[in-house]
Amino acid sequence: MSTVTGAWDWLTDPAHWSGADGVAHRLLQHVVLTAVCLAVACAIALPVALVLGHLGRGGALAVNISNIGRAVPTFAVLVLLLLTPVGNWGEGPTVVALVLFAVPPLLTNAYVGMREVDRGVVRAARGMGMTGRQSMLRVEVPLASPMILNGVRIAAVQLVATATIAALAGGGGLGRIITAGFNLASTPQVVAGAVLVAALALVVEGVFEIAERLGPAWTRNPR
Amino acid sequence: MTAPPDDCLARNEWICGAYLTTRRHILLDAVLQHLRLTGLAVLIGLALAVPLAVLARRWGWAAGPVLGVTTILYTIPSLAMFSLLLPLYGLSATLVVAGLVLYSLTLLVRNILAGLRAVPEETRQAARGMGYGPVRLLLAVELPLALPAAMAGLRIAAVSAVSLVTVGAIVGFGGLGNLIYTGMNTYFKAQVLTASVLCVLIAVAADLLLLGVQHLITPWTRDGGR
Repeated sequence: MSTVTGAWDWLTDPAHWSGADGVAHRLLQHVVLTAVCLAVACAIALPVALVLGHLGRGGALAVNISNIGRAVPTFAVLVLLLLTPVGNWGEGPTVVALVLFAVPPLLTNAYVGMREVDRGVVRAARGMGMTGRQSMLRVEVPLASPMILNGVRIAAVQLVATATIAALAGGGGLGRIITAGFNLASTPQVVAGAVLVAALALVVEGVFEIAERLGPAWTRNPR
Repeated sequence: MTAPPDDCLARNEWICGAYLTTRRHILLDAVLQHLRLTGLAVLIGLALAVPLAVLARRWGWAAGPVLGVTTILYTIPSLAMFSLLLPLYGLSATLVVAGLVLYSLTLLVRNILAGLRAVPEETRQAARGMGYGPVRLLLAVELPLALPAAMAGLRIAAVSAVSLVTVGAIVGFGGLGNLIYTGMNTYFKAQVLTASVLCVLIAVAADLLLLGVQHLITPWTRDGGR
């Protein structure tokens, strides 16, 4: 198929890899944006979810927030942010939208993980004289870690996808190669960009999969 | 001297009644396109997912590959998915529907399979003991018992599809996404906000509609607090 060879030629042309619009720079932008936003989203969502899960409060909120996250289109949020004053801060709308969409899976998974810890184990910890804080940090969080890490993994894949859509609203990242391809009516470039984005998403998923297999047994999902 | 009309459209406000009245037809067309794309994608996805899940249930070896492939498809970001399908379908509504079908497959197959697997072995044996053949067992016992899990998957698939249609704006078939896209390029605040709100309303309506359907077709889950 000519499109496949066209996309391959596009990808193997060194001229497309260098410069501010080049693949190397866009890839770096995409990865840095994803990593920074994942860290910010974790810093916001995990403490809240762990404390709420430990106290057993706010369950309806933690579960519903992920349904809301699914119903609100990423693209709409990006454009809405772009038209507000946030839009003047360069990558501002992208960063805010990315964090917003990474929070729901983190919050829901961490909360459910904390609630699914065997109540008998928690009572035993309290019976041994552990304070609430000790029980949370030494017993509940380690036991909930498979679910928490699963949330981080879902959030990371979601972030790669959201960062791609950000290109539609003028953000950086690999999605720009796709949108530029559409503007040039160059199907090979569109396909080449899509292959890069899909590969990155699968690599991120794969890294988490490998980390899960290599990590200590208690972080593994008992599925 | 005629001053330009000083209404909310001229001031480019977020909430604008004049926008709703003057652009009623555009909004209606966009909503209809949005509903058509979503409905078609979810129905085709369902038509493909049921046989796939049943096959994966029947032949255990097929479950791994089926779940693996659909999970990989789900990992691919939507913009990339639509772009990868471009050589096959060109700039068409079919492209958007095909991409959405691939996404809904993951959610539907996984949930229907989970539902089928959750049918208790005793129930299956009781049906066989009553003389049910494999087809009747599937249609009259296993599939109905898998309905609650399948409907949960269908609700998630429908809500996700409503929100993903907007990305179809990149090829000009994004329903309300088209209005958001053009509104972005012209800084038309009322259009972006109205289209976004309508999009969320459609998602909520679809979810409630399917919840109602689930309530109607699974009367046995209602009373008795299972």
